Amino acid sequence: MSGAQKAARAAESRDIRNRWLLSAPALLIVIVAAVGPLFVMLLYSFMVKGDYGDVKFGQFSLDGWSSVLFQRDIFDDTLGLADAHLAIIWRSIKLSFLTTLFTAILGFPTAYFIATRPAKTREIWVFLVTIPFWTNLLIRTFAMQQVIRNEGLLNNALVWLGIIDSPLQIMYTDTANLLGMTYVYLPLMVLPLYASIEKLDFRLVEAGYDLYANRLQVLRRIVLPLVSPGIVAGSILVFIPSLGAYVIPRVLGGGKNMMLGNLIELQFGAGRNWPLGAAISITLMALVMIALLIYVRNAARSGAGHA
Amino acid sequence: MRKNHFDLRAQPGFGLITLFTFFALYLPIAALVVYAFNASESLSVWGGFSTRWFVSAWNNDAVQDASIRSIVIALWASTLATLTATMAALATTRTRPYRGLTFKYALINQPLMVPEIVTAVALLIVFSRIKVWTGYSGLGYLVLAHTAFCIPFAYLPIRARLEGMDLTLERAAADLYATPWQTFRRVTLPLLRPGIIAGFMLSFVISLDDVVITEFVKSGGQDTLPTYMLGQLRRETTPEINAIATVFLALSVVLVMIFFFINRKRE
Amino acid sequence: MKMKWMTTTASAAIATLALAGNASAAGELNIYNWGDYTSPQLIAKFEKEFDVKVTVTDYDSNDTALAKIRAGGHGFDIVVPSANYVPIWVKQGLLLEARPDQMENFKNVDERWVDVPWDPGRHYTVPWQWGVSGIGVNTAVYKGDINTSAIFLDPPEELVGKINVEPEMNDVLFATIKYFGGDWCTTDKEVLRQVRDKLVEAKTKWLAMDYSVTEKLPTGEYDAVYYWNGAIMRSRLKNADVKFGYPKEGFPMFMDSVAIVKDAKNVENAKLFMNFIMEPENAAMISAYAKYANGIKGSEAFMPEDMKTAPELVIPAEFQDAGAFLETCEPDVQQLYTKIWTELQK
Repeated sequence: MSGAQKAARAAESRDIRNRWLLSAPALLIVIVAAVGPLFVMLLYSFMVKGDYGDVKFGQFSLDGWSSVLFQRDIFDDTLGLADAHLAIIWRSIKLSFLTTLFTAILGFPTAYFIATRPAKTREIWVFLVTIPFWTNLLIRTFAMQQVIRNEGLLNNALVWLGIIDSPLQIMYTDTANLLGMTYVYLPLMVLPLYASIEKLDFRLVEAGYDLYANRLQVLRRIVLPLVSPGIVAGSILVFIPSLGAYVIPRVLGGGKNMMLGNLIELQFGAGRNWPLGAAISITLMALVMIALLIYVRNAARSGAGHA
Repeated sequence: MRKNHFDLRAQPGFGLITLFTFFALYLPIAALVVYAFNASESLSVWGGFSTRWFVSAWNNDAVQDASIRSIVIALWASTLATLTATMAALATTRTRPYRGLTFKYALINQPLMVPEIVTAVALLIVFSRIKVWTGYSGLGYLVLAHTAFCIPFAYLPIRARLEGMDLTLERAAADLYATPWQTFRRVTLPLLRPGIIAGFMLSFVISLDDVVITEFVKSGGQDTLPTYMLGQLRRETTPEINAIATVFLALSVVLVMIFFFINRKRE
Repeated sequence: MKMKWMTTTASAAIATLALAGNASAAGELNIYNWGDYTSPQLIAKFEKEFDVKVTVTDYDSNDTALAKIRAGGHGFDIVVPSANYVPIWVKQGLLLEARPDQMENFKNVDERWVDVPWDPGRHYTVPWQWGVSGIGVNTAVYKGDINTSAIFLDPPEELVGKINVEPEMNDVLFATIKYFGGDWCTTDKEVLRQVRDKLVEAKTKWLAMDYSVTEKLPTGEYDAVYYWNGAIMRSRLKNADVKFGYPKEGFPMFMDSVAIVKDAKNVENAKLFMNFIMEPENAAMISAYAKYANGIKGSEAFMPEDMKTAPELVIPAEFQDAGAFLETCEPDVQQLYTKIWTELQK
């Protein structure tokens, strides 16, 4: 009995070692070119800001961190909440959430549709989703502008159909940001969804129908729970980059209202406050990371049965 | 019995939404392609048909070099990212939770969590030291930086595919005395294929798009198409960029067709 | 035998490397300049004349360029910082004191641009191009006085909701501070409060803070802009109703200047290039491409016809005193301005 247990344990530890080896290259690359440099930034966030960008290395200060949330008023010098930062953070979270929702509403049926095509044509459909993204982000954003500007395709069509009398001002508003982000991030939702719907075992769906479930019930009780890893992956891939969006608020939003990406950019640019820029980003990262870890722990626990 | 007249897979309205999605995806692209043939300098006012912007893009060495560089970097980065991410996904799914699993997951997805500008500045600080020490200032830095931020984009779809994929087939293969490599090659990999393709396409596109990190990491003479265009943004953008984009699109369509025919032949 | 073969190959390889290194150092020049700002004809001419291979790389902001050069390992020989950044570059020891004032063609530099505040006597830099930020208005829509910052700060009824303001912190704050009679780099709280309140109020009447002026001003998507003169000139060439105004309350001027990086590898070629662009005919090529004035006497003769008399490029005498270069403010002043700017865009 104990011999079998020992063998099982040995097999398990061998398995774990192999798993570390297998993941080593990816981990190494990420550590060298993303995590490691980030520690430099963490260090920088605790330094005194340099006069013209950069930091005064070796002079420590907590100013960067405290000014994420608090600031001295420009005029009466009282310490208060940095409401400009909070307003920008709130706008970013709101828009990113809506973007995730919109991409999911469009992306799920699309991914489902693709996954249920005959095997031969599926990959063609996947390509068709990504082809528009072979043109780079800036060009795509300009193209989006053609659609939503006042004399653009959308407004012309709506006027022509008699739905509205005069063009809607969509450009340079948060709506423009939202439409632009939904457009740009759509494949980030569709592809992971496709990958997980494609493996869906439709015998389970059949079983559902055999038990007299209707289509909506099957979708809600059987399909959605089974493809939830894809939904989560897609949501992560859309939500997080949306938070840091930079080009879209610039071009479609008209640059009037900042999002987090622009705020951070300002600190590393003309604002010349690198510690603050670093502190804002690390705060953002920590928040996202915590949310993600909670998810993974839960998923690992509930998914353990599969192994 | 029922199966004969009842499509299990169908969901009402999904086809319609898909149709709308594709329409929305291609509408701006259509506008973009149309204006590539604009005779005037405007991106929005039609001034007659002309191919002058294709000619001017063809004669613009800077644009061509930048485009080719973009594709080369994207191919390297997405290949490396997909390869390493597939391995990492195999190592982090279908297992009982083990020490360090969550840590790995967090680490692999870290490049996603940080706004680009921060990674960009951090990489500038680190890579410029290395450039001074080694004297090497080639494309390697850009490939490495791109690979790192492509890894989560490749990893997440592949992981989503693997998660809950059952082990029965692999166990059966092992029972039939297949070596682990044979099992992987003949069973796991084909099952994983859609995830890998999704991951590769995503990371390729993400690499092709990157501006900020490239802007900070590039050395002399390493402009990519996005950084080249970023420089133009402040001044004047002409339909030349539409012409370039159109060529890229045409290229991708050709690739898709080749892919399609290769697939057909294999069947 | 094998050993010998190996050493021979190795020494040959090293020799080739060394040679290649030498050869390339003699014939190369690495320019780091604003995007879409360097005339390809100018580069081709320089390459041909001096048998030097030139590489041009783009940047899109002064701060990016500064951060990259400061970090090192960049391999650039020449940079083109804006006036208010040159003192920072010099103070941080990033520029080579190349003494262009002793070069052969320095005699061509317009006296106006010799004793400039950011580089007195021109020990480090050579003028590349200069311009101003001013007002562009579609006069088919608004016919009143356009030589005032009121166009975007207290806009007339006709222009409300059709205004675009350049998204550049320093340029916008400069014009607004001057509008209230303050000095640039002021810390006067009363002035700054007025500046903030006015900007926050005026922003509600703006359409955008965007770069695509040459596209949208001629087509009537914008009817008024606060923007750089070169772009407004391009807009006028597309639509004759567009007119340029010099804000009488005060407007910022910029000049980008060519400098040599301290750790440049091709110093001699870089100096050749500096001297080369002070030649009137070559300076004219720079302007003809990017549509801004240069600082070289006699270059007008070689410029395209429509640029010689352009009202956007030749500042009328009555407005000459209203223009001033952005100086480099103290760091804590800059921080104050950043706060106002953040509040404006929240």
